[in-house]
Amino acid sequence: MTSYMPPADRIWWKVPVGRQELVWIAIALVWCLIMFAMMPYWHVYGKQNLSTEAYQTTPEKFGIKVQEMIDKYQVGEEGGIPIVKPPAGSDIYQLGRLWQWWPIFELEKDKSYRLHLSSMDWQHGWSLQPDNINLQIVPGYEMVLKITPDRAGEYGVVCNEYCGIGHHTMVGKIYVRE
Amino acid sequence: MSEFRICPDSGFYFHRSAESLMKVNAVAGVVALLVAGVLALGVVLTRWQEVHLLSPEDFYLALTAHGINALIFWIIFFEMAVLHFAASTLLRARLATPAWAWTGFLLMLVGAIMNNVAVFQGNSSVMMTSYVPMQAEPHFYLGLILFAVGALIQVFVFFGTLVVAQQEKTYEGSVPLVTFGAITAAIIAVFTIASGAIILIPTFLWSIGYISHIDAEMYRIVWWGLGHSSQQINVAAHVSIWYLLAGVLFGARPMSEKVSRTAFLLYIFFLQLACAHHILVDPGVGTEWKIFNTSYAMYLAVLASMIHGLTVPGAMEVALRKKGYSNGMFEWLRKAPWGNPVFSGMFISLVTFGFIGGITGVVMGTEQINLIIHNTIYVPAHFHATVVTGTTLTFMALTYLLIPVLFRREMILPKMARLQPYVFGGGMTVLILFMLGAGTLGVSRRHWDMDFTGAALPFEYPGMAYTLMAIGAIGGVLAIVGGAMFLLVTVGSLLVGKKLDSSAGLLQSFIGKPLARDSYTTATPETLPMAPRLTVEEHGSAGFEAPGTFVLAMLLLVTFVVYYFINWKYLASVWPLG
Ligand SMILES: [Cu+2]
Repeated sequence: MTSYMPPADRIWWKVPVGRQELVWIAIALVWCLIMFAMMPYWHVYGKQNLSTEAYQTTPEKFGIKVQEMIDKYQVGEEGGIPIVKPPAGSDIYQLGRLWQWWPIFELEKDKSYRLHLSSMDWQHGWSLQPDNINLQIVPGYEMVLKITPDRAGEYGVVCNEYCGIGHHTMVGKIYVRE
Repeated sequence: MSEFRICPDSGFYFHRSAESLMKVNAVAGVVALLVAGVLALGVVLTRWQEVHLLSPEDFYLALTAHGINALIFWIIFFEMAVLHFAASTLLRARLATPAWAWTGFLLMLVGAIMNNVAVFQGNSSVMMTSYVPMQAEPHFYLGLILFAVGALIQVFVFFGTLVVAQQEKTYEGSVPLVTFGAITAAIIAVFTIASGAIILIPTFLWSIGYISHIDAEMYRIVWWGLGHSSQQINVAAHVSIWYLLAGVLFGARPMSEKVSRTAFLLYIFFLQLACAHHILVDPGVGTEWKIFNTSYAMYLAVLASMIHGLTVPGAMEVALRKKGYSNGMFEWLRKAPWGNPVFSGMFISLVTFGFIGGITGVVMGTEQINLIIHNTIYVPAHFHATVVTGTTLTFMALTYLLIPVLFRREMILPKMARLQPYVFGGGMTVLILFMLGAGTLGVSRRHWDMDFTGAALPFEYPGMAYTLMAIGAIGGVLAIVGGAMFLLVTVGSLLVGKKLDSSAGLLQSFIGKPLARDSYTTATPETLPMAPRLTVEEHGSAGFEAPGTFVLAMLLLVTFVVYYFINWKYLASVWPLG
């Protein structure tokens, strides 16, 4: 007479379903459809959507682009890492490697930049703190996304994909100025 | 000649070969749980920043071994026992090809040991996910492959047993719901293991230098076909066990066979889709595919879980109301056997899996919301609510039933057993809730040092993050104590528990009443009859049969909706990006 015995009715799929279950299934289905609709809705009306722009690359190719940008726009250095101040609207390049985010950016508030990210070696996690935006950085792939920093301040870039014994020392910086 | 015994207390039939395989699989799983639990202590006490116990080398080693032993070896070994139970015992059928089943088990055992050896040698601290191009020793991958092949063999023995049952007509009508759920788990397991083979075999060849390059993004997508779906085996398995325990404890029957089975069918069609949960913020993955995949095609697998969320407690409520606990909304729940760890473990599992594991899983699996959650400690918090308070606690509850029924031992330390689900479930819930909070503040998962000692550039998490991690860790320690209590009771009962020889009620077994000694016979078991029909007045499908459960379900829905939109609001506050 229980859940671990064969159903009482041989043709159990013809037994009518109780009202309580039908009501719950209807409510749950509506909720599921609302949740499903939220994702396309946010692509149209929301401001935080991840671009799908990406290119296959190599550490050598990507490293050259990073270096060219540093040569042009370097304004200083901190902890042995160059600080660059690229013009608003430009393409900016940051690489992750054991165990650095390279270089440091100085950006202007409310201006947009096309940020390119890639890894020189293993996988890394680009975790912008305290804003809390998290991206997966995969070697061989160059991810491109438009960012618009909307609050001035000092941001940390923590690596949040395990990348070996020095993983916890992999910290980068982004400054956003008024 | 097939030999069966009938358990005088539960009425379950055990085929001798099937019984031995259930025992060895369950015991191997419990050993893996023991290893995982000891390592958990190292992990928890290191992430508690004020204690910071292990060196980075030891921490990452412990974390790798903890993940693999808990998430793969403990759970899958135990699931093999559950599959044999659902086919052979529930259908009263002999186990198909016991020799193959033993081969599968031994392969799994060798694989699990080999993988553990690789990790403990120290050069394979690559985490459970072993993302390329970080490389482990070849026997790390080979161990996992052998384990997977062994599991696949046992799954096919399960299917074989179903065929035996059908051909030898050991049951009438359709297979029971619990067996149907186990079939769901087994089908998902086949898909999962195939994905694992597709990615782990080339990765093994790469580790021995046979293949020069594995694309890191392709690895991620295929690996998660294994990694995520394997968690769906657990969901299907523990939901089936919920139905089983509701039946054993209360004689509960499904509110509707059609509804519950359709929900399992939705699992088969949609649940193993969702490898995209882990690659929502990866480079270049298409938007449409992400939306379809991460939502299990319009959340149809979530719908299935919400259905089980109503029908499992609903079945119990209907059964308990019939027994006379019918006053008000919740007398059935208040007067439920909270001192019986089979019930309390199962019910805590049901609630924490639904309210915490389910809701956080859907939220973080939402395409855009994942941006504020990916790889933070929110992620392990979520899956501890699914695989620990969900699956593991359910398996623990079932184990309390299996000690007398399968192992024929009297349970030692019944008072400790009574307390155990509360200590384990409570401690784990604290760990989960506070780690969810810390993840919202951006604290990273798989990270040795919140202080970033030795970093060229300084960064500090807010003070609150430290507090949350510390309280979470205290919950974790409590959960480990709960885990130790479980191991003490179960292993102790198997080693020194009295052999049972005279009969008493099944549900009294854990308070120490002796049960009957087993005797095997070569007689064919009686054919498993269909469940008796309900009389008309019992049917009562016009009104709400389980109003208390409906209230609980609505509470779940409200929590879900509120928390879901809070996260959208949080997302809207971060830098615009596109
Ligand atoms: Cu890193």
